[in-house]
Amino acid sequence: MPYIPHDAAETAAMLEAIGANRLEDLFDEIPAALQTDVLSVPEGCSEASLRRAMEERAAEQRSLRCFAGAGAYAHHIPAIVWEIAQRGEFYSAYTPYQAEASQGTLQLLYEFQSFMTRLTAMEISNASLYDGASALAEACLMALRLRPKAREILVPEGLWPHWRRVLDSLLPMQGIHLRVLPQDPRTGRLSLPEEDFSDAAALIIPQINRFGLLEEVDELALWAEARDLLRIAVVNPVALALLKAPGDWGGQGADIVVGEGQPLGVPLAGGGPYFGFFTCKRAYVRQLPGRLVAKTVDAAGKTAYCLTLQAREQHIRRAGATSNICTNQGLLVTAATIHLATLGADGLRAAALRSHQQALRLRSVLADLPGVELPYPGPVFNEFVLRLPQPASRVRDALLEKGILAGVPLLDLDAAGPAHDLLVATTELNEEEDLDAYVAALAAILGGA
Amino acid sequence: MEETIFACQHVREQSPADVMIPTHLLRTDLPLPNPAELEVLRHYTRLSQKNFSIDTNFYPLGSCTMKYNPRIAHELATLPGFSRLHPQTPAPAAQGLLHNLAELQDWLADLTGMAAVSLSPAAGAQGELAGVAMIRAYHQARGDHARQRILIPQAAHGTNPASARMAGFTVTELPNLPDGDLDLGALRDALGPDVAGIMLTNPSTLGVFERQIREVAALVHAAGALLYYDGANLNAILGRVKPGEMGFDVMHLNLHKTFATPHGGGGPGSGAVAVAPRLVPYLPVPRIVGEAGAYRWETLAERPQTIGQLSAYGGNIAVLLRAHAYIRRLGHAGLRRVSAYAALNANYLMQGLQRLGYQLAFPERRASHEFIISVQDLQKATGVRALDVAKRLLDFGIHAPTIYFPQLVPECLLIEPTETESKATLDRFLEVMAQIRREALEEPELLKNAPQNLPVQRVDETLAARRLQVAE
Repeated sequence: MPYIPHDAAETAAMLEAIGANRLEDLFDEIPAALQTDVLSVPEGCSEASLRRAMEERAAEQRSLRCFAGAGAYAHHIPAIVWEIAQRGEFYSAYTPYQAEASQGTLQLLYEFQSFMTRLTAMEISNASLYDGASALAEACLMALRLRPKAREILVPEGLWPHWRRVLDSLLPMQGIHLRVLPQDPRTGRLSLPEEDFSDAAALIIPQINRFGLLEEVDELALWAEARDLLRIAVVNPVALALLKAPGDWGGQGADIVVGEGQPLGVPLAGGGPYFGFFTCKRAYVRQLPGRLVAKTVDAAGKTAYCLTLQAREQHIRRAGATSNICTNQGLLVTAATIHLATLGADGLRAAALRSHQQALRLRSVLADLPGVELPYPGPVFNEFVLRLPQPASRVRDALLEKGILAGVPLLDLDAAGPAHDLLVATTELNEEEDLDAYVAALAAILGGA
Repeated sequence: MEETIFACQHVREQSPADVMIPTHLLRTDLPLPNPAELEVLRHYTRLSQKNFSIDTNFYPLGSCTMKYNPRIAHELATLPGFSRLHPQTPAPAAQGLLHNLAELQDWLADLTGMAAVSLSPAAGAQGELAGVAMIRAYHQARGDHARQRILIPQAAHGTNPASARMAGFTVTELPNLPDGDLDLGALRDALGPDVAGIMLTNPSTLGVFERQIREVAALVHAAGALLYYDGANLNAILGRVKPGEMGFDVMHLNLHKTFATPHGGGGPGSGAVAVAPRLVPYLPVPRIVGEAGAYRWETLAERPQTIGQLSAYGGNIAVLLRAHAYIRRLGHAGLRRVSAYAALNANYLMQGLQRLGYQLAFPERRASHEFIISVQDLQKATGVRALDVAKRLLDFGIHAPTIYFPQLVPECLLIEPTETESKATLDRFLEVMAQIRREALEEPELLKNAPQNLPVQRVDETLAARRLQVAE
């Protein structure tokens, strides 16, 4: 019996102690009419045959040169990251409610919070949310709690369309309206309107936008400050090794910062599990969603760590909690913390620099191919839009045949997107030969068109 | 005491940044440490050694189903063919993954007796939110806008009322009877044209099966409301009783409980949702559709009445792969054994603790996969509280059960051994509980000052909240 240790004698002795004759007797309070079986689930199998079947399934996903991004990036993950993260003491522990038996997880989360507050130049970080998009939804809800009379959130068109769909799903249930601010179609960057926004609580500022472009974050933050709007920054944590931290944007800095944590040591894994990070100003800590770890002392005065301000959370406050979140993304945060420690300031900066430089190289070569245009001239980090002479999905599919995932057609992200635009991303994993292969393959396709 | 990683401050050579980004968009310093790799390895290995975990300790944490997390599931979910797959990879290049997920959707539908499944919710609480959002969408699509209230038993998980609130509902709590069943009279009084649904866990959080479930379902449906099933306790009835056949319309599963995926120190979970036919149009996207060789993610346009998308991609995929591997390994007979031995272990411990003098919350009832004891008698005798018993257990290398939940049983411990623990482990637990009971009566200070054998003594949570030092 896989994973069940009892032998027949033990089972019999236990049943006798209980005063039951058969295992089925333990279910005698359940109405007989409700007792049934599951038939579509196949017979069990040995570990060896399971492995064989699953290795075959895994092999159906062939290894590709990855130039896709749009919020999830193929960065290098040092070997020690998951070597430690998958240790049973981290992997199979529960949420650290029993502080004395969880000092490892708790100190690690405290270090994670320290990494994120430093990276974003903010004062408070929680211990993670599900992913970047759902963290942004929580940020919007928190902004409305801070501005209870407001009903709107200002959302730039430049936010990832798949993140926007998450906001569209989660916010209207609580009567919150999303007001869209258009991008300038010529520059691809956010243009600042002069309208009345008195019903709005916050402006979302995505630094980097859906076209891979950097926004003028100081101008945007100052514009929001002048209208007394909260600033919600959406950032890529690897890019923050180079880019101005949200806490320093404008005159007063961002109020809330969220982002997708996947680039920090989390495998792409087809879309999850990832984690959302969430930092904010100290004044807002009592409205923070999710878990928070604090440094304290034990009964002997020795340094110790524990969960704190739990009265914000559902297991204490129930319907009055700041969020319904309970389980978050502990194991991914464990990996991210070890990843950040392993890279250190210099390693993170080097990964960011290399990602940026490879994007610049690839962009300049691709732009010279016949019929290829760069629609937006602005500065980028590691991702840019290529306007192709053919539908982007057709080009993507053709390059796939050559073992290259060429990017993400904007049409895939947004059904109303431009059909010929392809979003291309690079990381430090894209070496010169990958870039050369991409250029040669695209040149062959376009030349034969 | 282990210093934090921020104590490792080597200064390393930095090359000037060769970037094409305007200076005013750049940062000027990056205040992170630069430890050496061996320092990192030792630091986090040492931290791991300060944790209790399933792999090192008996962990009878009620309501959390801390069963063994099979390593084969981890190995298979992290094969490069799965772990290196970018979420925007076109479906034809991801058929192996999608095939697994499609099978999992079908198996979970059968296990729950429901019509269809969406795997996308990232955790139980997100599944609950999706579920109550579907209840809301269902009533609104019928033009029934008056249904703004959700009924929830007092003993329910805190996520239930919090999720209902996030979906825009108000919450009314319902009492339980002294035998643990729901108070049907109170339910009748609470039902009305403004009630959208009821959220139940069965077996309930009191560790007993709700015997009147079919009467409850009939009453709720007759009042035009729907039933939500919180799948937190599915381990108790796995492969034996289907929530769909009990009369539930919508539910979530906690794959990180019932299907043995790891808790990871607080996630990731996975909260797949399953629904009866009338709620299928509202399922969250994306789901897997298609057939062998041509699986794909369903688009938003194909499910126009969906409650929408809850996270950027298709959910916690690698967790789903672990659950898939677990189900495939056990098969249907193995899944039925899970609930049988979960019940055996729980009832064995319950009877054993009763013999030691511990008070059961529901002595006349069978335990499900878990049960509640109360130490109110010890509190009255010597001032020892459930918290003290919990902390003393840690000294014996046993993780504490869940304490003070459900809140309506005073000084309670909610104990769930799970099916993967041996009789020898359970017998040792009983020996330790016997000793703790003696200590509670004879040397109560021993409990009140516990733990003494751990990396730290009892932690000052009040100081933590007052000082609020949450980052270096």
